[in-house]
Amino acid sequence: MSTSVIVHRMNVCDIPTHNPNAWRDDLTKRFRDGHRILTLFGRRDHDRVLITAVLQAQDRSIVLSRSTVTPEFGYHELTSEFPALHCFERELHEQTGVRIAAHAWLKPIRYEGKTQSAMNEYPFYKIEGKEVHEVAVGPVHAGVIEPGSFRFMCLGEQVHHLEIQLGYQHRGVERRLLEREPTRLTPLVETIAGDTSIAHAWAYCSTLESVSDCELDIEVEAARAIALELERVAMHLAGLSGLAADVGFLQGATTYGRLRTTAINTTMRLCGSRFGRGALRPGGVAMRLPPDLLNEVRGNLNLLRRDLPIINECFLASQTVQHRLRSVGVLTEAQAAELGLVGMAARASGIPIDARQEVKSGAYKVLPIPVAIIRDGDCWGRARLRIAEMDASLLWLSTILALYPNWDCPRKRIGSLAPNQIAFALVEGWRGEVIHCLETGATGEVVHYKVQDPSFRNWMGLAIAVRGNEISDFPICNKSFDLSYCGNDL
Amino acid sequence: MTSFKALRVRLSQGTQYITDLRKAVPSGFRGRPILGSGPCASDCEACRDACPTEAIRLYPVTIDLGRCVFCNACVEVCPEKKIVFTPDTMMGAAEREHLVVREGITEPARMKPSQSLSKIFGRSLKLRQVSAGGCNGCELELNALANVNFDLQRFGIEWVASPRHADALVLTGPLTRNMRDAVRLAWDAIPEPRFVVAVGACAISGGLYEGASGVDRDFLESVGPSLYVAGCPPHPLTFVNAILDFLGIG
Ligand code: SF4
Repeated sequence: MSTSVIVHRMNVCDIPTHNPNAWRDDLTKRFRDGHRILTLFGRRDHDRVLITAVLQAQDRSIVLSRSTVTPEFGYHELTSEFPALHCFERELHEQTGVRIAAHAWLKPIRYEGKTQSAMNEYPFYKIEGKEVHEVAVGPVHAGVIEPGSFRFMCLGEQVHHLEIQLGYQHRGVERRLLEREPTRLTPLVETIAGDTSIAHAWAYCSTLESVSDCELDIEVEAARAIALELERVAMHLAGLSGLAADVGFLQGATTYGRLRTTAINTTMRLCGSRFGRGALRPGGVAMRLPPDLLNEVRGNLNLLRRDLPIINECFLASQTVQHRLRSVGVLTEAQAAELGLVGMAARASGIPIDARQEVKSGAYKVLPIPVAIIRDGDCWGRARLRIAEMDASLLWLSTILALYPNWDCPRKRIGSLAPNQIAFALVEGWRGEVIHCLETGATGEVVHYKVQDPSFRNWMGLAIAVRGNEISDFPICNKSFDLSYCGNDL
Repeated sequence: MTSFKALRVRLSQGTQYITDLRKAVPSGFRGRPILGSGPCASDCEACRDACPTEAIRLYPVTIDLGRCVFCNACVEVCPEKKIVFTPDTMMGAAEREHLVVREGITEPARMKPSQSLSKIFGRSLKLRQVSAGGCNGCELELNALANVNFDLQRFGIEWVASPRHADALVLTGPLTRNMRDAVRLAWDAIPEPRFVVAVGACAISGGLYEGASGVDRDFLESVGPSLYVAGCPPHPLTFVNAILDFLGIG
């Protein structure tokens, strides 16, 4: 079992299961006590719907709570008191058809299994008024990026409301995960969000290793963590390069861009792919680090640690950059907490959550990685946070490589999956919490596989942060959150 | 002061430009496979069974690069070490069947440049990219083409924002049902002459998502791609060289 990430496994029959009202009361009480939602999902079980909620208590322990409801009766919504649940309840309704009484906005998250026309028919939220005008952008954008639809309600140049409609990227990931052999899903999992391949692969491997009682050596843990931090560095560089391009600071755009090339080529040297495809496999890693390669990797890290501060200094001191990013796209700490934001967007609004700090053993315990927190919550804060996280990761990488330069551990075999288990894994990817949850049935077959990219929870953060800003600043806000469309749409 | 700092960035940057994109080979990259011509172990079907995308056929062994996601599973199970992935990035083709790798053939199939298209687009080509279920792997690699390393613009090839300014539609992703109308709209907006480039295993064959519940490939069935760029995701060099070969540049 991977211990460098958060893993929680239980016997299905040990999960506290309540009737719908008691379940709702249990959740309400826990949220009021400061528990935080990690995931909430459901599945059809004959003519009923089985709902599972996974929460994190203030002492960081993990709590599961279940209920079985009938689709027609369902339960009374929780979103109005706890807005962080809005996306979960919407998804639950869309995926299972369960009634969620009094919910204000059950707009589908991704239009699963519906026709395109249903997507076009669903109304956007409107603000009435003679001077109000509407701007529709997407799904195809003016750039080489994924599709999504943005509808702005503006008064003059100012955005009063933004509704983000996604779903265009919906491929049917969760269903496909159940259609294939459970121990051979890594290539598929690596494409859930192809810029987060390592984090998703690690979460998948952890759930599988957990239900098959497979223990890993610390060298393997370290190798996985090295791949994860390289992914973080590479994507932060990509994000900063894009942000610099969007504000017209071209030196930043080119320099961060070429440093990203160094970072992803390092990953490629380890596993054959610039995106870490094939790096992790259940039971171990498929990366190699012979001595000559170790020197090359060290050289690349040194280059990054030498050149990055030079461009960081230029970027941070540039008036253009400061002028465009400061006080733009602000998400306050209270808003971020209320919406249940995770990852770097949450940390840039002052919320200190980072799974790498919470593990009790493994690579991040042997060598802790300092967490960066910034309170400003604006685009400038998110950019600075990414710079701070890169610095921390690069230093960490250099040190851990010295501790664990030998990864020659044979991959362990994944035995049969234990029956009637639920395994939950949470990996702190570069955007935030990547969550996979796998449940086995009576014969060890996989009966449910839930995937959650951090983007799923963070998109609403962007929508709220844009309010009150000029519409021309939207691209910067969007880039500063840097969320995944396909990770949301699955 | 600022200009001095700017100078330091320039100095540390050095020359990043890859001078000869035709010859560059990224060492360590898992690229175009070659299949040895030695016999297989008797009754062995391990590679085909291991493949997540049905890219492998047996008797004789072939690998379809339009389906392969370069996961290396086949190499790991082959007792005869028959399959070897090389760092070569040359995996573009104008004909779908030229993406199939056969035993004992070590060189990629040569592309015959399209005379008519090369005359029109050989000195200037504008591309409009549309992702329809792409995982951001292909999209990031296509973006990288415009960076200082690959500098695709040196050939007069550029990404444009509007399909109305474009000569070709570059598709990534398996083509989702929810993007069906948008892809069609983008294509209809591109003035003729125009063509489609399918980038990555997903776009070429559906890849890991072939037949998945959210996928609808009708568009590609009616408008066939003129150029295929294989990989998962394809290396920027694969794309550059495919386009250059297709248009007979360099
Ligand atoms: S490397 Fe390609 S051919 Fe081999 S198993 Fe993976 S997808 Fe199939």
